[in-house]
Amino acid sequence: MSETMRLRLQSVAPPVIAIVVFIAAWEIGCLLLNVDDFVLPRPSVAFASYLKWQAAIWPNALQTLMTTVIGFGLAIVLGVALGAVIGYSALMYRALYPLLIAFNSVPKAALVPVFVIWFGIGTIPAVLIAFLISFFPIAVNVATGIATVEPELRDVLRSLGASQFDIFRKVGFPRSAPYFFASLKVAITLAFVGSVIAELGASNNGIGNMMVIASSRFEVPLVFAGLMVVAVMGIALYAVFALLERRLAAWAYRSRSV
Amino acid sequence: MTIPCVELRNVSLRYHSDGKPVHALEDVSLTVEQGEFVSIAGPSGCGKTTILRLISGLMPATRGQVCIDGQTVVGPQKRVGMAFQNASLLPWRSALENVLLPLEVVQPHRAQFNARRKEYEEEARRLLGIVGLDGFADKPPYQLSGGMQQRVALCRALIHQPEILLLDEPFAALDAFTREELWGVLQELWTARRCTVIMVTHDLREAVFLSNHVYVMSKRPGRIVHQQVIHLPRPRTLAETFDPRFVDYVRQIYDKIGEVRQ
Repeated sequence: MSETMRLRLQSVAPPVIAIVVFIAAWEIGCLLLNVDDFVLPRPSVAFASYLKWQAAIWPNALQTLMTTVIGFGLAIVLGVALGAVIGYSALMYRALYPLLIAFNSVPKAALVPVFVIWFGIGTIPAVLIAFLISFFPIAVNVATGIATVEPELRDVLRSLGASQFDIFRKVGFPRSAPYFFASLKVAITLAFVGSVIAELGASNNGIGNMMVIASSRFEVPLVFAGLMVVAVMGIALYAVFALLERRLAAWAYRSRSV
Repeated sequence: MTIPCVELRNVSLRYHSDGKPVHALEDVSLTVEQGEFVSIAGPSGCGKTTILRLISGLMPATRGQVCIDGQTVVGPQKRVGMAFQNASLLPWRSALENVLLPLEVVQPHRAQFNARRKEYEEEARRLLGIVGLDGFADKPPYQLSGGMQQRVALCRALIHQPEILLLDEPFAALDAFTREELWGVLQELWTARRCTVIMVTHDLREAVFLSNHVYVMSKRPGRIVHQQVIHLPRPRTLAETFDPRFVDYVRQIYDKIGEVRQ
């Protein structure tokens, strides 16, 4: 076995083993305790239900993926912009931070009915909830990254006569990249949560809506099949951003790279 | 009479730090001729670094005048290159890219940067070669030792051919052997470039070894209390630091600082 293959195996094996052990424990636990599928279906039953309803699940899953990605995209654009503003200006930080905390403290599920009144049932409430729930960690992390730039690094550029924008481009932005990517990994999973919450009550499609219909028909295995699909999509997008992070912010992780 | 390269006329500086007034400099006057190597020595907290910040335009004086080539300094200067006690390299850039940084910011290089990138990179590699970093150009800073990082910082301070090099305790964070080795490197760079150097230090041997002219400052509020011209032939070698004449210079300045601290 080559060295790179061994390293790759070392990085892939632990999470795979953890997932397999978790699923096995669930399956065996339900069998041993004789839990009814109606209460907590075994993974194998949920998977069988997934295979049975595949054709119905995928259009809904793609709808959820779409609302999540759009909401998340908005969160990146506005989160970086606001993060840069409050990271650079101590005044703006003091002025806006309490307001940000206030907005973030509002339970997002409570906003769903409000959005339904404003925009009706459908895609827009799901996009907005995904945006609202994932916006905060991005803004706070980018602000932290920029606010903690070492004054010496800034002086290096200032003494050359660099403009504020130069300093942002050459120092502030790259310096906050590790914070930014760390926040993306948190925010993408939150965005999924937001989309599904909105779809539970305010949509005619999407995984959330499908789960509501399934549970009203007592199809509990299908509910769990839906949850699993969301979880898998969450892991997939998380992996995309983790990979981007390794590419673009590798310098911050040098001590852990072997 | 020629116009001095750098001139401070009766400069005073007061500022507020954490709400408390600080009287950093009082009536400091000094002149530095074109091509000179000048050191400013003094007890810590005497405002040595502040003088460099005034000359580089990072900070305005409260009273008095700071001039470069006869013109009053009002803001950051592209004619100036700076290196600090910490190398302050950008950790996401290789050594070479760190050296190139000023050229991406300072005109006229900025406008030509993409077109002349090859040429600039060659110049940067040449500079890195002079300071003994052949073969390290593409390494990230964390793979370089403290001394190597400081060499890169020196190259970065010089790449845009500044008329004036400002050094703020550039070797203070290094071990004694590395420090003395870099004195030689700096002397060589200065001899090759013939730019004006103003260095702040609290190492008196370092000041005597490198300078034509050493200024001694009092503790806060800082003022110039003594100046000493160093008449030693160049290039100076480390062996000469044990020479009685060298030791006498160090001794004289040491005694002055002793008086100041009482």
